[in-house]
Formats: sequence, C-alpha cells, structure tokens
Amino acid sequence: MLRALRARQTALAPLVLLLPAFTVMLFVVALPLAFSFYTSLTPYRLIRPETIEIFIGARNYVRLWDNPVFWAAFWRTILFLAIALNVELLLGLGIALLINRLTWGQRTLRTIMMFPMMFSPILVGFQFKFIFNDNIGIVNNALQALGLTDRAIPWLVDAQLAMFSIIVAEVWMSTSIFAILLLAGLLAMPRDPIEAARVDGCNSWQVFRHITLPFLMPFIFIAMTIRSLDVARAYDIVHVMTGGGPAGRTELLWTLLARVGYDNARMGEANAMAYVSTLLSIAFTVFFFRKLMAARRYMGGAE
Amino acid sequence: MSRAAKQRLASVGLWLVTFLLMVIMCIPGLWVVLSAFRPNREILARPPVWVPERLTLNNFAKIFGLGEAQVAIPVGSYFMNSLVIALTSTFVALVIGMAGGYAFARFRFRFKNSLFLSLMLFRTVPGIALSLPLFMLWSRLGIIDTQMGLIIVYIALNVPFTIWLIDSFFRQIPMSLSEAAQVDGCTRWQAFWKIEFPLAKGGIAAAGVFAFLTSWNEYALAAQLTRSTDSKTLPVGLMDFTAQFTIDWAGMSAMAVIIIIPALILTFLVQKHLIRGLTFGGVKG
Repeated sequence: MLRALRARQTALAPLVLLLPAFTVMLFVVALPLAFSFYTSLTPYRLIRPETIEIFIGARNYVRLWDNPVFWAAFWRTILFLAIALNVELLLGLGIALLINRLTWGQRTLRTIMMFPMMFSPILVGFQFKFIFNDNIGIVNNALQALGLTDRAIPWLVDAQLAMFSIIVAEVWMSTSIFAILLLAGLLAMPRDPIEAARVDGCNSWQVFRHITLPFLMPFIFIAMTIRSLDVARAYDIVHVMTGGGPAGRTELLWTLLARVGYDNARMGEANAMAYVSTLLSIAFTVFFFRKLMAARRYMGGAE
Repeated sequence: MSRAAKQRLASVGLWLVTFLLMVIMCIPGLWVVLSAFRPNREILARPPVWVPERLTLNNFAKIFGLGEAQVAIPVGSYFMNSLVIALTSTFVALVIGMAGGYAFARFRFRFKNSLFLSLMLFRTVPGIALSLPLFMLWSRLGIIDTQMGLIIVYIALNVPFTIWLIDSFFRQIPMSLSEAAQVDGCTRWQAFWKIEFPLAKGGIAAAGVFAFLTSWNEYALAAQLTRSTDSKTLPVGLMDFTAQFTIDWAGMSAMAVIIIIPALILTFLVQKHLIRGLTFGGVKG
C-alpha cells in the first residue's frame, strides 16, 4: 500500500510545484540578465536610445580589461570581501563560543546579539556616517574627550580611513549572522566527545582544534553560503557613507557600475561591469555551496 | 570560599563580561535611536553634549509634518508603500515557496541538487547589477515607479531563500505522518493541510518574517525603480534627508527608528524558528 502511494507520486508533481518559482525567476532575473548581456554588447547610452541597436561585440569587455579604474575597483572589492568576511567569521565565532559557555542567561544575550541584524543596510551606512562624522561624530568626540587626539580625524575623507570605516560598518552589520548560526551549531553539538577528550587529558585548545572546529565546519559553510547570497548589499553602505569617494578611493564594483550606468548614462559599459560582478558573486556562492555539500556527505546526512 | 561559590562567581563574571561586550556592540545602533529623541541643536553642539538634558518627540512630529511643520517629507506615504509592497510580496513569495519547498522536501526527481543550486544562484545576482536591465525593461513595460513593479521584483528576491527555509522545515516532519493520513483516506492535498502545514507553521512564519524584512530593508533596486510618492519606500525616502552639503541628522534618526521598530518586533517573535530552519536544513541534507 505504501509503495503504491509512493509510486503514484508521479514525476509530474514536483515539476508542477516548482513551476511558479522558476517562472518568477525566469521573468524577473533570467530574462533581464539576458537583455543585460545583449546590452553589454552595444554602446547603449540612455540619452541616445537608438544606440541600443548597434552591435559592437565584446568591445565593452575589452575596454574594461584595459581600464585601470575598473581593475582598481575589482581588486578593492575582492580585498574588501576577504577582510570583512574573515573578521566577521572570527568575531562571530568568538561571540558564539563565549555565549555557549554561559550557564544561565543565555537567551537574553542571544537576543541582544541579534540587534544589528534588524538594521537595513542603508540604515547601517547612515548610522556609521553619523558616528564617523569628523565634526559631530561620537568617535571623534570620544577620542577628543579622552585626550587621545586634539584634532578632528577625517574618518570619511582620508582614503585609508574611509575604507576602514566602511569595513567597520560592514562587519557590524553581518557579524551577528555568523554568531547566531555558529551558536546554533555549538548548541547542537554532542557533549560526550568533548568530555571523553578532557578525560584523556586534552587541553582546551586541543579540544577546540580537533573536536569543536571540525564539528562546526558545516555550520561555517552554511553561514558563508547564506552570506554569499547577498554580499552586494555592501553597496548600500558605501553609497551612503562615501559614495565611492574620496576621489574614487573606496569605489567598489557595485558603486562603480551604478555610477557608469545611472550618472554617466553609459548603460552598455555598465552592463558589462554588472556581468563581471554577477559572475564574481556566483563563483563565490558555488564555491561555498560545494564545500557545504562535501561537509554534508562527510556528516552522513540524509540522501 | 567554597568551590561551589567560586564557580558561581566565575559564571556571574563571565555573564557580565559577555553582557558588556554585547552592549558595546550595540552602541552604534543605540546611538542613532537616542539621537532620534534629541533636538538637532544638541546633536550639533560643540563641545559635545554627552548626557541629553531632555528627550523630545519633536523630531517625529516634524517628519510627520505636525507641530512646527516645515519639512516636506511624505513619510506617511513612504510607510504605506513599504507596508503594501513588503506584505504583498511576502505573501506571494510564501505561497510559491511552500509549493517549491514541498517539492524539494518530499519528492525525488532528476537534477534536484542542480535545480536547488540554480535557484540560489538567481538570488546571488547583485541587486544593483540587476537594477540596470530591470530599469530598462520596467520603463518599457510602464511599471516603473509603481508598487506592482517593485512587488514583482521582491517576490523573485524572496522565493529562493523562502524555499530553502520551508524545505528544511518540511524535512523535519516525518513522511510517515502524511502517509498514515493517506492510508486512512485523505488525499495528499488534505494530508498536507491537516498534517504537514500545521506542524511546519512556525517555520513558515519565520520564512515569512525573513522575506518581509528583506523587502522592508531593500534599497539598491528600490532606489532605481521608484521615483515618487507613488512607490518610494522608507529606505529610499531616508535619502530625502541628505541635501548636497547638509544632513538633517535628527530627522534621519527619527526615520531610522520608524524603519527599525517593525523589524525589531518581527525578528524577536520568530528568532527561534529562524535559526533552527537555517542550520537544520543545511546540515541534515
């Protein structure tokens, strides 16, 4: 009887159930991306609509290849992601381990910890623009009140400091996600192996390195996969805080393509950049998704 | 001191240290919330005023155009646009996500993993990159600067992650439950609504909150696809406060609080389900 039931679940059912999802994605993402790809092969400018019909092959891409501004933004984006994600992971892991050690009052602290998660990226950007403001920002006010500096530090005007401030904002926004996912992993962890290792004379570092960390790996990959789905929301932060300035020194791929597309109205070139940034995000997600799948098999999950 | 007392003291100490760290982490957010209740004069004061002399609701009255009305920022219509767009897109994404999540959790079919991954990859496309073609297409279709235009985009933005979450919640429900119901004469459709849906309700609510927050907080796409009070949402409206060289910090902070409050309430309501769904679905295949 059961087998008969299972057999009746024809091959058609999942297709019908998934149809709406894929229809929406096709209409809102895949088709526009195809259109975007075509546009990237034209010299399309918003102010001259007829230019969309001129086909120039890969010339936009070739021009990107020779464009130092583009490459600067590209490598800056990679560096930005590398620093931000690693700091977020380490801080998140630290917070998760700390909260996991508490014997009471865990829930309260977990709730407080989630506070930054509710902030819209645009709000986070505005908030840190406010905090790092050289005249009225709390950071400069505090430093001056403590006598650590007597002049106003130009946090968002100096190139290096501006990049630093942006990374601080990004880390503030996303560390809780790592912390909450890793904490869930720690809470799901069986106690026996740790106690056994302690009985055998392992110290805290050895327990962490050889038992806790391997167990946490899949959770780290989940966190990374989820984060990789929208790394580009850093656009909102940079857009508000510096707008890519000073003199393009905090320009990331995302702010650059917005500037070329909307401010300079050179849609063809902007779409070529958009394609590069999309491929970057996809590569990133695929990388962590595959790690996650491998870790899953290792954990002996279902299927 | 006895051993037990020492241990107790150590655990209190650890809690206090952790608590302090968390509070320090929250300060940037709390500072904005505090600024929403301070007069602009005090925010701009030199030397800085650390302890507010009095807290006021004037900033809120101002942005809603009450009292000493002078600012012409239509916060009311932004709020309504945000609400309508976020609620509608969340509802539709949930319906589509329930169908999709059920398919992934309950059926075996070819290319299952690839289909799942491709759904996620649709979500990966950076909003600002996607905004370029959508801006061109939506203008041609005449749905730029309409609530409908943004609702359609947000449905697509939310479907992949909604499917991920709902899939993981359906997986936690043993298949034997719905099979038993079917043996007893239920159709699969009835079994779904009588058995699986009630059991997965918490998780579906969590997915809904997540979708709502994504729509509520989104900026990159909304900034390009909206123009006027017909469809501008709160995050886009926030930029109204920045003129070329001056920023109304107090007004912006007040608006920030208005944006945060719904997010705050919703997240706390479903935090438990949200965490469970994300991690369980990932690890147990």
